Amino acid sequence: MLAVQEVSRTFDNGYKAFKPVSFNTDQSEIVGILGTSGCGKSTLLRAIAGLDLGFDGEISFHEQSVRNGTEHTGVVFQEPRLMPWLSVIDNVVFGLKGSKSEKREKGTRLLRAVGLAGTEKLYPRELSGGMAQRAAIARALVTNPQLLLLDEPFSALDAFTKMQLQELLIDLWETNHTSMLIVTHDIDEALFLCDRVLIFRDQPGVLFKDLTINLQRPRERGSLAMAEFKREILQSLDLNHDVHVRSAI
Amino acid sequence: MTQTEVSHSPNKKSPGKKTTSSVNYIRSFAIGLIIPALLLIIWEVASRAGIFPQYLLPAPSAVLSTLVALASSGELWTHVSSTLSRVLIGFFLGTVIAVVLGSFIGFFKPLERLFDPLLQALRSIPSLAWVPLFILWMGIAETSKVTLIAVGVFFPVYLNIVSGIQGVDRKLIEVGKVYNMSTASIITRIVLPASLPSFLVGLRSGLGLGWMFVVAAELMGASEGLGFLLTLGQNTSRPDTILASIILFAILGKATDAILKQLENRSLRWQDRYET
Repeated sequence: MLAVQEVSRTFDNGYKAFKPVSFNTDQSEIVGILGTSGCGKSTLLRAIAGLDLGFDGEISFHEQSVRNGTEHTGVVFQEPRLMPWLSVIDNVVFGLKGSKSEKREKGTRLLRAVGLAGTEKLYPRELSGGMAQRAAIARALVTNPQLLLLDEPFSALDAFTKMQLQELLIDLWETNHTSMLIVTHDIDEALFLCDRVLIFRDQPGVLFKDLTINLQRPRERGSLAMAEFKREILQSLDLNHDVHVRSAI
Repeated sequence: MTQTEVSHSPNKKSPGKKTTSSVNYIRSFAIGLIIPALLLIIWEVASRAGIFPQYLLPAPSAVLSTLVALASSGELWTHVSSTLSRVLIGFFLGTVIAVVLGSFIGFFKPLERLFDPLLQALRSIPSLAWVPLFILWMGIAETSKVTLIAVGVFFPVYLNIVSGIQGVDRKLIEVGKVYNMSTASIITRIVLPASLPSFLVGLRSGLGLGWMFVVAAELMGASEGLGFLLTLGQNTSRPDTILASIILFAILGKATDAILKQLENRSLRWQDRYET
């Protein structure tokens, strides 16, 4: 499926976002990329999405390099990024090709799937933050991508809306088993959603740990097993690293 | 299971809202008329009382009767239509050239480096300074007038197109890239609609300048048109003719702007604007 081989990214000004990283993901796997800010996790996702081709190394999806197009990929950004001049339904079918009625039918179906039935004719400005992000998810899924990339998709939402959308994402996954790669800095989110969590840390970022979350779905938030994983992740993130340095000085 | 978090739909309100908004519109229109009406009454009374001498500032009723006389002799339509057609043709030409140049220069950075300094230099020439040259080149007939108007319209439209295109949110363009859209469809489906508000602002200020330049062009020398009426009134010491012409300019300027404003409201319904 997705194969990331020795990928690193150095910007024109010499700044290195992350050191060479390699990993693979399997069919219908939900993989989280977890890390503190500045470890290059969003940069890595942009490279996989084909939005930033200045990386070194090789990224391929089903043996096809992302440098040659990414038509099997859908992306959900941190912001909804809906076109403000298009109605909700037109936004959802934005990337879709085909006849008008076909688009309309698919778009309506997706809107229903994300819980936005009846909002077809509204403009994005009439949506709440959570509704707008639902529409963005619908837009990413309408082309039936085999890989869904999500860049901190819920970080701008309040805690309750965030949980609702995480559950929506799992519901959608149970119906079509789309592979997902989710960049997040929220440990609870990663533990609730992911089969595997790739832990990044340091600056420039390094892939520190590849952690398999073997918990049954549906997962219970705040369960003991999750707390155990959370402790492990917190330890490996080494958040007190800076403090040690400071006290040494 | 997940459910939509907000359910008050703005759809339901719209029929009721529409009638109240038209009532509001009429009301605000009426409120806007109060001060002008008061001023007109004071002016009329003062003129009749002899406070303003007739040969300098005739009463509104005198201006109105001059207008009526012009209208009934049919002269009015000749003047109005020739001025209006000059403005519209000049506006159209200026806009078309601005759209073509502005789109290319806005999209392609190298073109901007190549052309923009020259256009900025030309822009800093007060456009009226072109008049003698245009008259020399194209004579005193329609061509020089329309060209002058087109030059006036060109700059605001051009500047707004370029800044509109360059101000399009990179994040929206990335959405197009995610769907592997070609540059052409990114331009037509994202860049152009996103820069539409700025383009419409340019159109409206361009039209305003168009009306300004038609006066200049017609003052230069014309045998018909509202600008010609202005000179005629001056040469024949008829302030009522001058005032009649000024009023017509005001009405036509406001009416054409209202058309553009309507177009703007209709095409920018999606904008999240502050409404009171």
